[in-house]
Amino acid sequence: MRPFHYLAPRRLDEALSLLTPRAVPLAGGTDLFLRMERRQTQPDTVVDLKRIPDMDEVEAVDGGVRIGALALMETLAASPLISDPYDALAQSARVVGSIQTRNRATVGGNLANASPAADTATPLMALGATVEAADAGGTREIPVNELFVGPGRTALREGELLTAVRVPALPARAGSAFQRCVRTAMDIAVVNCAAFVRLDADGVVAEARIALGAVGPTPLRAPAAENRLEGRRFDAAAAVEAAECAVEDASAIDDVRASADYRREMVRVLTRRAVESAFRRAGGEA
Amino acid sequence: MAGERIAITVTVNGEDYREEVPATRSLLDFLRDDLALTGTKEGCGEGECGACSVILDGRLVDACLVFAAEADGRRVETVEGLADGGDLHPLQRTFAAAGAAQCGYCTPGMLMACKALLDKNPSPTRDEAAHGIAGNLCRCTGYGTIIQAVMEAAKES
Repeated sequence: MRPFHYLAPRRLDEALSLLTPRAVPLAGGTDLFLRMERRQTQPDTVVDLKRIPDMDEVEAVDGGVRIGALALMETLAASPLISDPYDALAQSARVVGSIQTRNRATVGGNLANASPAADTATPLMALGATVEAADAGGTREIPVNELFVGPGRTALREGELLTAVRVPALPARAGSAFQRCVRTAMDIAVVNCAAFVRLDADGVVAEARIALGAVGPTPLRAPAAENRLEGRRFDAAAAVEAAECAVEDASAIDDVRASADYRREMVRVLTRRAVESAFRRAGGEA
Repeated sequence: MAGERIAITVTVNGEDYREEVPATRSLLDFLRDDLALTGTKEGCGEGECGACSVILDGRLVDACLVFAAEADGRRVETVEGLADGGDLHPLQRTFAAAGAAQCGYCTPGMLMACKALLDKNPSPTRDEAAHGIAGNLCRCTGYGTIIQAVMEAAKES
């Protein structure tokens, strides 16, 4: 590994001032360490964020939740503030890597790495989450839907740090679910899918958000599938039709993990399961 | 920069070690090369196999993916800290009794994974025990005897 300066500031403003173009932020390190070992990333300076107090906190805010960027996957999986309202997010955090990985990997790192297969990305898109991006000039919010601009690339500007994730309050009669398919339990997703469904008082789908992972250059929304559900009563046929639309929304490719054809089939299966499960969690009965 | 060393103090198995390390040093190499605690093994070196599992501030981690500098001021538990003098840890006894080690290379990491599991969940189900070692690969045992050893150790405590 190429030598570097290791710095562990104790304040966020100090960390921000250290994030120059040749510096990288270090959270759990489960990706960064290996990238540095393989010399794919060769920073002059590594800014370890873990000494900054409270950056791993999960707190209830405005009926929703604010998750510090350094919150661990294990924390997301175990915190009732997350698992009670946001099934999709807790489910995704539970299946990332091994226990050892979940004890290090953070939600901020999972998003900022911008892997098309990032497991927490699709649930956060479906739940309408935003991220806080801070630099020396202040903090702005970016919807997770607009965060990913390409494989490994985000809308974060140079010197900007993803400091927290905000998930809005779960509305009444709403629910979410996460589905994924992998080659082996510890591998990254071949396809993943998160769905959010909100019903109106008559049991009609008032709002649907569906996000797909590993079937495009970034995690992506499935607008045709969402449109197919909204405004109608949910039933088995609606789920099947939405799943059919999701296949068209995706742009799956062949790679080492799966063929494009297989991915399309999995989009169909996982989308149907995710919307059915989200519907049940919203209190719906088909 | 190449010669830059960082002063760290790490509590390993209850003992404080003050060392100067290069920024590139992993916690695994720190334990093995600087402290001569060679119980912790390197398997894959990329966080897949769990052979280097140690407990860092109460959490099971792969020491190969942690910089030694990150452990400054923190507590590390390794396989060397399991036995109390000549008295083996219950997991060490049940591993031996069940034949839960064959080549033994995964055993130090496996023991730490099992300890982390029992610290959190003193009476796991077989399924929970299996999930507790999901991040640790063993090519010899087929895991059955390891799970048996965890269940036996849980009964003892």
